[in-house]
This record gives sequence, C-alpha cells and structure tokens, in this order.
Amino acid sequence: MIPSVTGTPAERTVRRRKADESGVGRTKWAVTLLVLTALLTVSATAGLAIGSVRVPPGQVWGIVTHALGADWQQPDWSRARETIVVDVRAPRVLLGAVTGAGLAVIGTALQALVRNPLAEPYLLGVSSGASLGAVSVIVFGFTLFGPASLSVAAFVGALGALVLVYATARTGGRITSSRLVLSGVAIAAVLTAVLDLLLLTTGRGNEARAVLAWTLGGLGGVNWGTLWLPSTALLLGVGVLMVQARNLNLLLAGEEAATTMGLDVARFRARLFVLLSLVTGVLVAAAGPIGFVGLMMPHIVRLFVGGDHRRVLPTAALGGAVFLIWADIAARTIAAPMEIPVGVLTALCGGPFFLWLMRRDARRGTDRGVA
Amino acid sequence: MTATGTTPTELRVDGVTLTAGARHLVRDVSLTARPGETVGLVGPNGSGKSSLLRTVYRVLRPDAGQVRVDGDDAWALPVRQLARTVAAVVQTSAADFDLAVREVVAMGRTPHKGLLAGDTPEDADLVDRALLAVDAVHLADRPFDRLSGGERQRVLIARALAQQPTLLVLDEPTNHLDIRHQLSVLSTLRRLPTTVLLALHDLNLAAYYCDRLYVLHDGRVTASGRPADILTPQLLAEVYGVTAEVATHPRTGAPQVTFLPEEPRS
Repeated sequence: MIPSVTGTPAERTVRRRKADESGVGRTKWAVTLLVLTALLTVSATAGLAIGSVRVPPGQVWGIVTHALGADWQQPDWSRARETIVVDVRAPRVLLGAVTGAGLAVIGTALQALVRNPLAEPYLLGVSSGASLGAVSVIVFGFTLFGPASLSVAAFVGALGALVLVYATARTGGRITSSRLVLSGVAIAAVLTAVLDLLLLTTGRGNEARAVLAWTLGGLGGVNWGTLWLPSTALLLGVGVLMVQARNLNLLLAGEEAATTMGLDVARFRARLFVLLSLVTGVLVAAAGPIGFVGLMMPHIVRLFVGGDHRRVLPTAALGGAVFLIWADIAARTIAAPMEIPVGVLTALCGGPFFLWLMRRDARRGTDRGVA
Repeated sequence: MTATGTTPTELRVDGVTLTAGARHLVRDVSLTARPGETVGLVGPNGSGKSSLLRTVYRVLRPDAGQVRVDGDDAWALPVRQLARTVAAVVQTSAADFDLAVREVVAMGRTPHKGLLAGDTPEDADLVDRALLAVDAVHLADRPFDRLSGGERQRVLIARALAQQPTLLVLDEPTNHLDIRHQLSVLSTLRRLPTTVLLALHDLNLAAYYCDRLYVLHDGRVTASGRPADILTPQLLAEVYGVTAEVATHPRTGAPQVTFLPEEPRS
C-alpha cells in the first residue's frame, strides 16, 4: 500500500529510534502509574490515620489487615480506635478515592467528547443538574427506586443538563470555548436557583439545612452500606471508557476526521453522554457536587503521559483519587473541629487553574487560529 | 506493503445531489474513478468540490443519488467497515490535546483494530512507512499542535496512508504546503496503487498529476476527461471567468495553463 523502502538505512534508523522512544514512553508511563499507586497507598493510610484521634500509620495497617482477616499483628489497639478506622474513616477515604477517580475520568472523557479543554461536569452544569435531581427526591419524597432513588434522579438531572448545555453551545457543528463555558455557567445558575427555591420553600427546615450542606460537596455521612453504588458506577465508567479509549482518541482529530476513521460520532457521543451522566449522577448523589477535579486531573496527567486516552484515563483516575483524599483530609483538619465542605477546597485550587488554562488556550489559539 | 492484499477500489458516484436549505451545493453529479486512477476535482471556490467529497467519505448524506464503493452503497455500509476501504484527508482539523505526531498517525490504524487490541509491531511499521512516504520521519516525536501548517498536512496524509485504504480522498491536500512538498506529496499519491480522488486548486498540478479531471462549476460537472482534452481557454473562460492560454509543456507533455491579466502590462 504505502511505497515500501524496506531496509534502507534511513528506515532502519527510524525503526531503531522508534523502538527506543516508545520504550521510553512506556517506561515513563509505567513509572508514573507506579508512583501514583504508591502515593495512593500513602494517601489512604494518611486518610485513615489523620483526624481528631490520631492513629499511628503502623497501627492503621494493623487494624486494616486485621479487619481483612489477616492476623499477622497482635491487636494492641482499643475497640474505639478500630471503630474509628474501619467504620468511620475507611468508607470516607474510599468514597473520596472513588469520587476523585470518577470525576477525573468523567472530565477526561467530556473534554474529548465536546472537544474542548475547559469541559468539566461542574463547570458545564452537569453537577448542578444532578444536585437538582437529587434534591427534588428529598424535597418531594420520591422513593420509586428505593434507596437508589437519589442516584436515579441525579442521573436524570445530569443527563438533562448535559444535553441542554451541549445543544445550546453547539452552532454550525462547532463548540467554541466561550460558548460552552457561558452556557454551562448560565444553565448551572438557573438550576442552582431552582434548587435554592426548592430548599427555601420546603416546609422541612432541618432537612433543608442538611441538603444545603450537601450541595457544597462533602464526603461525610458515608458508610459501608452506601459505598457499593458509587464504586460500581466508577468501575462501570472506567471499564467502558477504557474499552472506548481508541475512539476517544479519534475525536481529538475532529468530528469529520473521526468519521473517516470509522467512528459513528453522533451515536458514540450520545451513548457516552448517558454513561457520563450516570456516573456523575451517582457520584453527586453520594458526595455532592465537587468541582474542578475533572478539570485539573486530565490536564496535569497529560503533561506527564501525553494525550493518548489509553494512558490518560487510568492515570487520571489514580491522580483524582489521590487528590480528593488529600482534599478531604484538609477539609477535616484545617478548621477542626469544624469541617469545611471539600467542594470549597477543590474550587479554591481549581478556580485559579481554570483561569491559567483559559489564558494558555487563548495564547495557543491565536498562534493557530483555533477558536 | 499491501498488507490487506486488496486491489484498488472502484468509485462510482451516481447522480448525487446535495442541498443545504434552499441552496444546491451539488447538482446531479456523476463521476467515476477506476481502480488505481488518480482523479482530480477542479473548479472555483464554492463550486461544490468539498461538498462532493464529503458525500464520498460519508460526512454529508446526499439528498439524491448514490455513492458506490466497489459496488457497495457507501452510505449503507457500517462506518467502520467503510473506513477500512476509504481514507480521507479533510480540510478542517484542530487538536488542542497533546498528541505526538506518531500517535496521530497511529490513529489511522483504528478501523483495523479490535477495541482492546494493542498496537503491534506491524502497526508501528505501517506508521513508520507512512511517515517516510510524506517525508515526515523527523517529526515523529514532535507534538502535533506545534507543527507548521505544511507539516501538519503531511502528517494527516500519513495518517490516511496508515489506514491502508484502497480509495484515498483528499480535499486540497497541497494547501499550506511549499512548492517542494506540493510536488513530493502529489508524487507520493501518484505512486500509490490506491485509487485517489482529490480536489485541487492549482490547475497545472492537477493537469500534471491526474489521470482524469472533473471540472465543477456551481455544483455541476461542466467537463470531464483527460487534462489535455478538456483544459481549453473556452472552458477556463466559462468556469473561472478569466482569459487563459493553454500550451503543452515541452518537457512534461502536460497541459500548461497561463492566466492572462485583463489589462496587458504596458
């Protein structure tokens, strides 16, 4: 097919160089994954150790392995400590990891699907849609789907918001950054206003206060019984996205080009919108809307491993998990005994990051004439 | 290097009409590219070249008529299956994400890969050969979004080559290229055993490199045939509205168009 120049010196050089460099790329990726996995272990340990009652890391591991059924350490801790680590902190750390990983992969996929580096569930109003859905369930007391009602409603809200933002932002087959972010902000504002209205007019004062705290994003209040749903959603999301990673790559080339390389773009996008809304809905129902993790992680990760989704997705998941565990540790300790909503902290980091990204893209855009 | 072992594709466009609102972009166009031929589309801006190509690589569905690729209706095949036969270099492309040139070219392998299949040494080899064919080997590890327009264009052609198509469709592939690379890219396309359909601005390049030309004007085919047979001063006056002389180049033997300004230089 392609003119073959087998074995010319030039080509042999090419092949040798390529072998070296993809080897280096793979090594770098492997090292990044390894470092992040180590960091995740350290972070989880810290998450279990730090708090009003400090538990030494060694004891944390003793308690954890004991709870998992491996008795290589004689229990030398109190029952209260065991309860704190296993029943209070462990679900919280796990939810932090699951939510962070989930938001990071959602952000990664969303940026490819709408072909815009500023895409993120919180900024696009998807999280607000999910919140509104979830809050409606609480206020109106729908329980059609039993304990999963909250998640189902959050999913519906998220999907509605995403479709609305996408349809508003898209003109002539293109989405410019400014339109995307503006319609996201506008729709988020409307949804949040409706949500506030619901909370203010509902007769249930205490509930409203609880919900208000939840809408700021927080990982408290989780227990082993409610953890399975977000975990399942994360596994489903990461699984499907990893299978579709090649197709996500194609979208980076543009919609027309992706079609010529065999991707049915409209159908692919519709399906992934549903998936991403599902995962966002479940995560928001569990942890409240937590912003900017999905914006920051993909971009930071791309600096290290490049743009190939087969590498970005798993790396971003690990990075997001580590980040949110630490954000939650900070949220619990900075103003102890008061707890700061973790969403406030992620916004503190993410806002400036967003501004930096916007300016960087504006600079690049003028270089290349890309809107 | 014909890893798929397939022969070049026959393309048959039958009475294709394409409208956008009330406007006719393409009106009842029929066109054939025989296996292995290099067929050029020429015509002024807005004559419907890009729109016609889009109906072939399946981005704009014709309102009437059919696009047949080796006898199959291109619009009835699964997108992925068509992408194993037809590759395209389109005009719009933008990537805000950090992909290396090699990764961009490797995208072309996608329609041949299972969802979880990794990249094999054969894939890497095809990517290398594709880069070599467009003289872009030295760019392999550069970030794609830092390349110049011409370098990008060559990389996108390499990506289409890595797709191992038997029909290659290109929309103005020489745009942004300097003269040396215009010639080398067109020579490369010419050497391919693949059937090639391409839109070109430059009539002299089209006349030299294409086996046959279709001249589009207002969405219709006004002339078609071997360049030497159809490129006449009358046609150029009618289609482009300019005065031109057509001679046969003494060394290449191809028709050579010289446009004459309306006011002779004093």
